[in-house]
Amino acid sequence: MSIFEYNGSALVAMVGKNCFAIAADRRLGVQLQTIATDFQRIYKMHDRLFIGLSGLATDAQTLYQRLVFRHKLYQLREERDMKPETFANLVSAILYEKRFGPYFCQPVIAGLSDEDKPFICTMDSIGAKELAKDFVVAGTASESLYGACEAMYKPDLEPEELFETISQALLASVDRDCLSGWGGHVYLVTPTEIKERILKGRMD
Amino acid sequence: MGDSQYSFSLTTFSPSGKLVQIEHALTAVGSGQTSLGIKAANAVVIATEKKLPSILVDETSVQKIQLLTPNIGVVYSGMGPDSRVLVRKSRKQAEQYHRLYKEPIPVTQLVRETAAVMQEFTQSGGVRPFGVSLLIAGFDDNGPQLYQVDPSGSYFSWKASAMGKNVSNAKTFLEKRYTEDLELDDAVHTAILTLKEGFEGQISGKNIEIGVIGTDRKFRSQTGLRLVSNGASKQKVTDKWEQKICMVWKLDMLLKCHVK
Repeated sequence: MSIFEYNGSALVAMVGKNCFAIAADRRLGVQLQTIATDFQRIYKMHDRLFIGLSGLATDAQTLYQRLVFRHKLYQLREERDMKPETFANLVSAILYEKRFGPYFCQPVIAGLSDEDKPFICTMDSIGAKELAKDFVVAGTASESLYGACEAMYKPDLEPEELFETISQALLASVDRDCLSGWGGHVYLVTPTEIKERILKGRMD
Repeated sequence: MGDSQYSFSLTTFSPSGKLVQIEHALTAVGSGQTSLGIKAANAVVIATEKKLPSILVDETSVQKIQLLTPNIGVVYSGMGPDSRVLVRKSRKQAEQYHRLYKEPIPVTQLVRETAAVMQEFTQSGGVRPFGVSLLIAGFDDNGPQLYQVDPSGSYFSWKASAMGKNVSNAKTFLEKRYTEDLELDDAVHTAILTLKEGFEGQISGKNIEIGVIGTDRKFRSQTGLRLVSNGASKQKVTDKWEQKICMVWKLDMLLKCHVK
């Protein structure tokens, strides 16, 4: 079994019209044994920038701490928030620094630019970026998420429609994966507000 | 360096609280060739004297205005060799920033890093302060910017500034001529006139150097301009900024004729 599948995870981000949504499951397991059902894998960097970290939970938390450190220093030094593209490049550089002993994480980055243009991207554990216009997925449920997203996604969705789409895609996918699930956590980000919602799915 | 017992910092406080090494460095700058910079409404101009020790020196081999990044240029007053060390370090810093964020370094950040290097050389062992002041001109998301960095490591943003020989005269002249809504052509004109004020001997296109950066965010120094104006005679210049630059170059030619 791959170390990326040790804790189990499902992560997805989608682009809508001047908005984006990022969602994850809430399970933390040790192989097939469930340890926690309220696990947080999506983190807020600033009001319009989120990162989700799938893969090995311990590495995800350490990586998150390093990213917060770098982002705070950037904010102090440059007196501005990081652009999503800039942040993605920083994450990529930090991951590649550990090219031969990587963090076992696959990040998903989602943000809104200063012009309210949504940005999503994912990368592998050594920082190779994959940009997408529609949706990105990561984690043990990624295969089923690809299928669900390809079937359900439509471009230029309004915020509430986007929330429905990403939620249905997530819940449908985690039911096909025994390492992720136990409800979901969705962030819906528009230029004016952030909506955070907890989903109940099959809780078993 | 730094492990010998004699490698203490040479820059130490005098009883009156001054750092004489830094004051000596400023004297070195003050006796250097005049440089100046003007921030216009949508552009920045930097200019400097280029006096050579002998007429036998090939003036095309001397370049006092240099690029730090494609959108940031720099000119110095004081010791040429010292400036090259700073230019090399600044370019490296800009490249490192670009490698990390895949985004051109903002002018303020590059100025801060360069100033930090200059400060370090006032406090480290076995080194002396830099005998140069820099004028850094750039254009980024925050618009046109002009900074002066001194040997102490202090830096300021200026609307127009001068340094080197005849600073006070040049600054007074700039104070008289400066307006908030200056255009590029006026700024270049003012820059040349200011240089002319304190110039010993005849001013010409060969003994001054000019660099400009505008809204196209491409820094062009005079050697670059000459290429443009030569090319202009053969093919039509369509780029808006290159057209302006050609006008500027003609202005310089005009001045040369005027002097003759």
